[in-house]
Amino acid sequence: MTRKQRRLVLIGGSVGVLAIAVALVLVSLRDSIVFFNSPTDVVEKHLAVGTRMRIGGLVKPGSLERGDNLNVRFAVTDGNHDVTVRYQGIVPDLFREGQGVVAEGKLEANGSLIADTVLAKHDERYMPREVVDALKKSGRWQEGEVK
Amino acid sequence: MIPELGHYALVLALALALIQAVAPMIGALYRDASLMRLARTTAIVQFLFVALSFLALTLCYVTSDFSVVNVYENSHSMMPLIYKITSTWGNHEGSMLLWVFILALFGALVAIFGGNLPATLKAHVLAVQSWIATAFYLFILLTSNPFLRQAQAPFEGRDLNPILQDMGLAIHPPLLYLGYVGFSIAFSFAIAALIEGRIDAAWARWVRPWTLAAWMALTLGIAMGSYWAYYELGWGGYWFWDPVENASLMPWLAGTALLHSAVVMEKRNALKIWTVLLAILAFSLSLIGTFLVRSGVLTSVHTFASDPSRGVFILAILVLFIGGGLTLFAWRAPMLRQGGLFAPISREGALVFNNLFLTTACLTVFVGTLYPLALEALTGEKISVGAPFFNLTFAPLFIPLLFAMPFGPLLAWKRGDLLAAAQRLMAAFGIGLVAIAATFVAQGAHAVLAPFGIGLAFFVMVGSLVDISERTGLFRVPFKVARQRAIGLPRSAWGTAVAHFGMGVTLLGIVCVTTWASERIVALKPAQTVSLDGYDLVFDGMVQRSGPNFRELAAKFTVRRGGVVIGEMAPAKRTFSSRSMSTTEAALMTRGVSQLYLSLGDTNDDGSIAVRLYHKPLVLLIWLGAVVMMLGGLLSLSDRRLRIGAPKPAKAVAKSALQPAE
Repeated sequence: MTRKQRRLVLIGGSVGVLAIAVALVLVSLRDSIVFFNSPTDVVEKHLAVGTRMRIGGLVKPGSLERGDNLNVRFAVTDGNHDVTVRYQGIVPDLFREGQGVVAEGKLEANGSLIADTVLAKHDERYMPREVVDALKKSGRWQEGEVK
Repeated sequence: MIPELGHYALVLALALALIQAVAPMIGALYRDASLMRLARTTAIVQFLFVALSFLALTLCYVTSDFSVVNVYENSHSMMPLIYKITSTWGNHEGSMLLWVFILALFGALVAIFGGNLPATLKAHVLAVQSWIATAFYLFILLTSNPFLRQAQAPFEGRDLNPILQDMGLAIHPPLLYLGYVGFSIAFSFAIAALIEGRIDAAWARWVRPWTLAAWMALTLGIAMGSYWAYYELGWGGYWFWDPVENASLMPWLAGTALLHSAVVMEKRNALKIWTVLLAILAFSLSLIGTFLVRSGVLTSVHTFASDPSRGVFILAILVLFIGGGLTLFAWRAPMLRQGGLFAPISREGALVFNNLFLTTACLTVFVGTLYPLALEALTGEKISVGAPFFNLTFAPLFIPLLFAMPFGPLLAWKRGDLLAAAQRLMAAFGIGLVAIAATFVAQGAHAVLAPFGIGLAFFVMVGSLVDISERTGLFRVPFKVARQRAIGLPRSAWGTAVAHFGMGVTLLGIVCVTTWASERIVALKPAQTVSLDGYDLVFDGMVQRSGPNFRELAAKFTVRRGGVVIGEMAPAKRTFSSRSMSTTEAALMTRGVSQLYLSLGDTNDDGSIAVRLYHKPLVLLIWLGAVVMMLGGLLSLSDRRLRIGAPKPAKAVAKSALQPAE
């Protein structure tokens, strides 16, 4: 093999692998990303039923209900609108009313969310950034309120 | 007094760093030996000052000096001593001080052990090291001063985030930082080589031990962080593809690639430009990792609270060093002479293959981690890229890499024989196929991918040892002779085999846990039983206990298997009153390398308590594999030719080192 041919093999191989990687990235970006919405977005955007998404806001005080078999139901609010979230399982330690929460799941026909993941942050001084943004958008956020 | 001393020491270190950033460069330019030698002294003294500063902060924590804001916010007088010490770096300011402490440590080590480096190279390396140090000293002093006082010293501190009060997380950051910062040496060497416009095989020999040491620390650090997340976050997951985890994985991937390409450069004088680029990239990714974690641009389960002005500062450091490094590379790299030729099928070819897949895999992680940020900046749309993305992109790229791994060491330099290598791997193929068949038989057809994963893991493990058994003549010559030869083999050959074997072990753990882990979530009342995979757990009742700075409510369980009591488990909920925060302490029962995992949820009104029970078969292999990889690195590091302060280059190399590249 000449030097040129060797170089061609090398470059060809690299381009091939890169092309595969790019294809993989594009395919998975189309299928596996999840959009984030605030409760207002959910109410106003008229999203299709079954859409997978993340929702963030505060757990509305007084909305938390615990049922049998570890079922929980609560409302996520950004101050303007609420969205009901249903979840079966164990909620995180810092999950409580009035605190920031992020839930991921599928949108139901009645506008509520069936969540398969519920995240609360592990520092009481820290608010998930998505929640901060959602609250800022709805005008319920005061700078310095929670750091 | 002590905080002021620490602060002052840090300022002095900055002054020294400024001198060290300039003087050796001028010395190298005018061939002034005394100016170049100055760097050795400043590097060592700089380290002493930073060490003093770090010690001062640690003392503030140990004595619970709440007049220091940082201590007040992150410590508590009732905390055990060990956590008082570790909370020194359990917060933003302190962890940045740890960062520069390790940076200065590495600088001093180069200064002390780099006696046989060419004078100008050493001067340049230490100067570049000092640029980095200067930037970070400024960052600490201007935006994150840990020694800030408050006028009224409060009576009690606000306590360390309870989730960080844990041994795993106590040693995780120092290890991770040893890795991140260790790559700064490779970076400094790369920049020094670019400034000098010449590079040779000896350069790779000097860079490799540092890279190896950094890589080992990073490997262990990532494994440690993963194990911490596994038992502390209470979900029983070992890897979440969380941005902060990705931030540590990217430098690891680039560093692994660098280790392998440096071998080619050292042995065959080829891939020089690529190696220099990788050295720059590995450290750039470490910086990006620091930026992602420290600036608070990412939402993550691991980040501390942080403020945006710091983010801007770190971003500036990032742009300066990555942009500057890459610009210098673009300008000077064409001056570096290209080296040895090789056929595509050869040891070099195999290492290129390794580099290609590692860097591509690294690229996909990079895209997955930063795409949400870019999209939000451009369109305002918020998305999250989670595990499905990475499983779809990262795994397909890693599988060919793992499959090719046993082949590499069996191929000859320059021109290898793939068929011969495959023949020598027959035994490994055989064992892999047996593993596939056995898994199929045991499992039935419902998990299709698992048997292949297991087969691949066995192929990698056995295949990694083939090189050693071939070279010692094991199974062909008497055992005594083979043992003699095994002792005589270069340690780096052992290192390769052991590290590759470790990779196989980790893979086996991952496949087993992914396929056969089972879980049950139930609400239990006292005396009720939960069963999983042949284990029966009886809930005996709750007990109250109290620790130094927390109260805990533990649930006692008796574990039976086949009616026989095999132990007790007591998962707990801890409440830390000073932060009004609670944590879940999972209970783990280790059976061989498998684990039972039990964590508590909420107590319901009817007196029942929610529990989450997992059975994780072979889960410990995931981290044991990483430890084995690290041991492989250690073996390789102990190789004669790589001892820190590498031996003098061979005559021929020394000669070519003196000739400037065209």
